[in-house]
Amino acid sequence: MRINPRWLLGALGLTLSLAAPALALANSPLQPSPRLASTADHSRFEQLSGPFADATEVTEACLECHTEAAKQIHSSIHWHYELEQRETGQVLGKRHVINNLCFGIAGNYQRCSECHTGYGWEDAEFDFSAEERVDCLVCHDTTGTYVKFPTGAGHPPYEDTEFRGTLFKAPDLAEVAQNIGPSSIETCGSCHFEGGGGDAVKHGDLDSSLIDPPRSLDVHMAADGAGFTCATCHEFTGHIQLGSRYQLTLPEDERPVAADPAHKPACVACHGRRPHDQLLHDRLNQHSDFIACETCHIPEVARGGRATKTLWDWSESGRMDDEGRPLIEKEDGRIVYDGMKGRFAWREDYAPEYRWFDGNMRYTLLTDEIDPDDVVMINEPQGGPDQPRAQIWPFTTLKGRQPYDKEHNTLLTAKLFGSDDDAYWRGYDWPRALTAGMQEAQKIGQTEADFSGEYGFVDSLMHWPVAHMVAPADESLACQACHERDGRMAGLPGLYVPGHDRHPRIEQIGWSAVLIALIAVLGHGAIRYLLYRRRAAAATTTGERAAEANPSGSTGSANQSSGTSGTSGRETS
Amino acid sequence: MKQARIFSPFEIFWHWAQSALIFGLLLSGLEMNGLYQLLGFEYAFNTHIVLAGLLIALWAFAIFWHVTTGEWRNYMPTGTGLLPMLAYYAYGIFSGESKPSAKTAASKHNPLQRLAYFAFKAAIAPALWLSGLLLLTYNLWRDTWINQWLPLSAPAAVHVAAALALLVFLIIHIYLASTTGTPWYAYLRSMVTGYSNERYEGEKNRS
Repeated sequence: MRINPRWLLGALGLTLSLAAPALALANSPLQPSPRLASTADHSRFEQLSGPFADATEVTEACLECHTEAAKQIHSSIHWHYELEQRETGQVLGKRHVINNLCFGIAGNYQRCSECHTGYGWEDAEFDFSAEERVDCLVCHDTTGTYVKFPTGAGHPPYEDTEFRGTLFKAPDLAEVAQNIGPSSIETCGSCHFEGGGGDAVKHGDLDSSLIDPPRSLDVHMAADGAGFTCATCHEFTGHIQLGSRYQLTLPEDERPVAADPAHKPACVACHGRRPHDQLLHDRLNQHSDFIACETCHIPEVARGGRATKTLWDWSESGRMDDEGRPLIEKEDGRIVYDGMKGRFAWREDYAPEYRWFDGNMRYTLLTDEIDPDDVVMINEPQGGPDQPRAQIWPFTTLKGRQPYDKEHNTLLTAKLFGSDDDAYWRGYDWPRALTAGMQEAQKIGQTEADFSGEYGFVDSLMHWPVAHMVAPADESLACQACHERDGRMAGLPGLYVPGHDRHPRIEQIGWSAVLIALIAVLGHGAIRYLLYRRRAAAATTTGERAAEANPSGSTGSANQSSGTSGTSGRETS
Repeated sequence: MKQARIFSPFEIFWHWAQSALIFGLLLSGLEMNGLYQLLGFEYAFNTHIVLAGLLIALWAFAIFWHVTTGEWRNYMPTGTGLLPMLAYYAYGIFSGESKPSAKTAASKHNPLQRLAYFAFKAAIAPALWLSGLLLLTYNLWRDTWINQWLPLSAPAAVHVAAALALLVFLIIHIYLASTTGTPWYAYLRSMVTGYSNERYEGEKNRS
């Protein structure tokens, strides 16, 4: 093979021209090192050199410079776990609501506060004004080594410790502190992907598959998509984030809102109100008047390869194996029965349910009376088809079966975790666990009622609006998904969906008329044809008789059959 | 036999363009209704909207043509001769009798045709258009008082009912218009060529 020297020169030149800016950048004193987007190099601060015996010492060090940080966290729901909802007047937040997973935080602080941005929430007496108790590292760790121990009341393990078969390594707190940075998908996910006690358990649209997801799973968070982190949409200002599970940001007025950060994390904040190509009929933009973006753009939930929990039946819990340990049953590698917790069902990559939703959730709290013969709505999306603010939203639901007070007709909360026999996971004694749970609930004002002593199990249902794992546009729901006979909007009130909703009487009468017309036409035609054939046959018979009486006709046909050529035959005839 | 021009080139174009559009609308509409699945709802819907727009434009033009040429008179129903036509289809046609009415340039349709076409133009088609336009512009009246009185299902019901009535009309129209001439395909031919060689027997009978 001959090589043209000019190619070599050209290739060399191209390589140099491409490499030159990169080299210049690497050497430039103006360029910060990739890790540092900040003006401070935390590894050079003496305060952070350690060693730290306790994580609260790290916080004290942080606060020496970041004087307002703890106060900001103190006013965040990530800290106080409280939210007063204007629209429903309910006081919500994890300190007040009851769920159908592990019921609530009362009496289970040690375990639940693994996901509190603080240290040492062990009981109802926790001091919410203590600045050094704020956990900075859980959000700002960049090393990936910082963990909170599952039963450490929010503290990291200070020495390597095993919990239920998993080793939790003690992080080097000085190393973590010197390498802090902005929050990341991993830091948010360390709590939000693990809701309900494990990856994907609670949220079908939030699990660890969102750490470096493929574009098809999340068009915003994929590296080859928009490269977002959680905080790109859930923007933080002064440690307060945008977006709430209790009170969704639903832009109300009709102003165009493209690139209006005040509406984050709602899609319209960036995409505006009319994000679709108009085409001929502008139908998609018209749909978004009353259908949330998520409804079409999150076609399935739990589609990152992790199943989410769809059923949690506490009434079956408490069965032990031969050695007295909680019985475990697995199906397809998933736990479907756990003696500690009862029976589970899991689901992966499935269509969500759809409901009208105005952004507000009404919760059934410990003080609310329930109907034990009905399914108790742990939380119920508010809004109906007649409210202008309400839109159709996708939801995942968790069916539950959980203890309730047979005398008071209220939900109950149980002390599950703890070192004494009151804890259900030690004594497996519901009355004791419920008594203790309700006493703890009284301490934080969840209820004033004691457990009556009579308990039963009631069916319950918890709703989660689906807002994550947005698919690329070309993988969103097709029109057909709703506009067909067994379409996805089936059963939703206040809606007429062409292609799905029927007009049984009109269609019955109409199609009968079509059938009658067809039969009439075919019958009419058939009779005509038969009578025509009969007349034609009669005419032929008459014709044959005439032909017999006419000898010249038969001479003609004899000529044709006597072997003359076709052409001459035709000419003859 | 002398051939008479019955249909002008415009009428021929109008008829066949309209039939193509109506068949397209019927097929895409029935798919949207869920009768079968071929193109998928989205494509069927887009097709339906485009064809409907074209048909409305064609009709606007045809109405203008009919008004200015006076041809609209061909579609005014008449009671005279209606019973003989019915009797002919019910009885005479089987014994090969000739029609009690014939096509002429001045009177293109027999009384039964006039009645059927009038019903199509005055009832079925407007019902389809009005209900269709209401469905298409739903977003404009969804949040107004109209929605209180007229739920979306109402125009949809009218649209479905009228579409099925149209299908009944089409079945009978195609059968009668394409098989009952002399020879049997004569009307179909005249709708293509514009010419008819039908005798003026009907005229004689009437006079």
